[in-house]
Amino acid sequence: MQRPVALAVRGLAKSFERPAVDALDLTVFGGEFYALVGPNGAGKTTTLRMVTGLLRPDAGTIHIDGIDALADPIAAKQITAWLSDEPMIYDKLTPYEYLEFVAGLWRIDAAIAEARARELIGWLGLAPHAHERCEGFSRGMRQKVALAGALVHDPKLIILDEPLTGLDAGSARIVKNVLAGRVAAGGTVIMTTHILEVAERMADRIGIIAGGRLIAEGTLDELRHKTGKTATSLEETFLTLVETPAAAE
Amino acid sequence: MSSPATITWLAEHELRLGWRDWLSMMTAGRRSRARTVAIALVVFAVFMHLLAWSMVGGYAETPAGAGKETLVAVSGMLLLSWSLLMSQAMESVTRAFYTRSDLDLILTSPVPQRRVFSVRIARIAISVAAVAVFLASPFINMLALLGGARWLAAYGVVAAMGLVAAALSVALTVGLFRLIGPKRTRLIAQIVAAVIGAMFVIGLQVVAILSYGSLSRFAPLQSHWLIVHAPDIGSAVWLPARATLGDWSALLVVAAASIAALMASIAIFSRRFGEHVVAAAGVSQGKVRQRAAHGFRRVSAALALRRKERTLLLRDPWLVSQSLMQILYLLPPALLLWRSFHEGAGGFVLLVPVLVMAAGQLGGGLAWLSISGEDAPDLIASAPISARRVIWAKIEAVMETIAMVFAPFVVALAFASPRAAVVAGLGVLVAAAASTAVQLCFRTQARRSQFRRRQVSSRIATFAEAFSSIAWAATAALAAVGAWLAALPAVIAIGILAGVRLLKPPQAA
Repeated sequence: MQRPVALAVRGLAKSFERPAVDALDLTVFGGEFYALVGPNGAGKTTTLRMVTGLLRPDAGTIHIDGIDALADPIAAKQITAWLSDEPMIYDKLTPYEYLEFVAGLWRIDAAIAEARARELIGWLGLAPHAHERCEGFSRGMRQKVALAGALVHDPKLIILDEPLTGLDAGSARIVKNVLAGRVAAGGTVIMTTHILEVAERMADRIGIIAGGRLIAEGTLDELRHKTGKTATSLEETFLTLVETPAAAE
Repeated sequence: MSSPATITWLAEHELRLGWRDWLSMMTAGRRSRARTVAIALVVFAVFMHLLAWSMVGGYAETPAGAGKETLVAVSGMLLLSWSLLMSQAMESVTRAFYTRSDLDLILTSPVPQRRVFSVRIARIAISVAAVAVFLASPFINMLALLGGARWLAAYGVVAAMGLVAAALSVALTVGLFRLIGPKRTRLIAQIVAAVIGAMFVIGLQVVAILSYGSLSRFAPLQSHWLIVHAPDIGSAVWLPARATLGDWSALLVVAAASIAALMASIAIFSRRFGEHVVAAAGVSQGKVRQRAAHGFRRVSAALALRRKERTLLLRDPWLVSQSLMQILYLLPPALLLWRSFHEGAGGFVLLVPVLVMAAGQLGGGLAWLSISGEDAPDLIASAPISARRVIWAKIEAVMETIAMVFAPFVVALAFASPRAAVVAGLGVLVAAAASTAVQLCFRTQARRSQFRRRQVSSRIATFAEAFSSIAWAATAALAAVGAWLAALPAVIAIGILAGVRLLKPPQAA
């Protein structure tokens, strides 16, 4: 049976002073946890910002759940959530108010959104602070509020850029559990990360991006196979593939 | 080169930082603009000298040994200017307390804190004095050119005023720290600074209106009552005024007193300054609980955006104080309206341009907050709502607030003159919309907490906003008295907006 495609990117390109993303092709299937890894400046964030409509590509196509995201960005955004590495929330709103605002932006039925918000606040351990303004929150708490905002409209596709940066072990585990729960429920998660153990443990497939191109992709075993070293860690595999691009071919 | 960690070494470091701050402020962080900025400064200086010539040229021949009337008037103007310096100095001191930048490095270094903060207080004083001298220079130069070199003594007076303002600001801020603690001092000090800046001007206008029915802020300074009750001509109170008029011996006393005040402030407060900076560094923003009175409400995306803008503004007392400071200036015209209404005079026509000008300025501030000061730009950009709708919702939020603030004034005006009220209402909306359009053309991505820096980010936007407000105010003033000449400033205002559209950076669609 053919798996539904959650994200299909073809020939995606974006240049600033030099090419940041160069004719990138990427396919992520529905219900998949996909990790995008690569060295600093490889083009991971630029790729994802184009997918979420935050940047306009110079060339290429983006389809989210079959919707042409460049032709109909509103419909594509309706089923997508984006969480950046720097949690940008409103200091003067409480988590509860923030979630109400996000639900308003995504035009979610108020009763459904409220029930979902309460559930997320509980899952993420934010209940004692649900009605406190976010201005005094730690980075971890802010990240949790932003994650709750990304999930409150029940997106089919969640795209996260380094969501675990700066989180303590407890918060990181909560975030990972929530993401795993989303995938188990049929959602699709695409995540960039520098923490290769997380990609190794959580992702169904891993894409390695370097110089704006996807140089290798597959399950951990498939990636190992490409390097010819079957018993190595993802870190070793990653370094081999990035340092010797020929191995990725 | 000085030995490391000595006072002179630290002073060199502070001067270098100060110079680079200034350069960055003038060029908005782009070194390539230095030439353009230099040319703009020359043009600005020429313009300011011409303005100064028209404003103070007539006073250049005032003799050094002038009578009490002159001393009262000069002292009043010095006090007015000094209140603004005080405001600026308090802002600088508060920033020194709370801006973390290099504090961690300094506080963990083995250099005695007292030494570091002595230099830092001196830097604040020098920068306040330098800005004061820079702003006063066109006026002093024109007076010196037309009335003789004796007027150059005024430079010394202005610098001395800057030093005293810094010394007092340090004392006042340290006092606030001890009185209300580091957590509240930041907000209170910023509000006090803003109020001090506006207080004297507004106070003088209120007195002028109550006494004379005039908006001139200098009227009370020329009143018979004040001159009769002012200290004798030999009093030390007049030393700064005498020094300004070219009395070099008075200048010596004023300069010595100001340096002594600064040295005393450094000696007394530098240790405490360090202690309080440490305390401020340890302050985290307190928890504020909000009442959870209602469940989620069914709203459109646009309404959600408008509501968010309103909530964020109302919950930030500092932003409210900064934005509404312009509204404080409406107090005197409101008083004038009240008097005119009771006396059946036609002075309320004066209200129209004041309201329009205030609406333009307030609209610009609110538009920056709403359009550029977006703390979660990714969230808004990734939401399923078109960029055009987002912008419209934000513009609606600005215009809604403007309407709420100005409606009572316009309604009150309608009782006195329906025609003036209609003109004022239209003028308020147009001026606010024009300022919003300027902010839209020069929108950037910034955090709301950077509100104070908005005027630095684009000089063109700042000047365009101010000149557009002035032009619309002039249009409204002339329209209120039924003059066809009103079309002229309106054309100028439209021209300003057209220019803004031509000059807008390419990224602002």
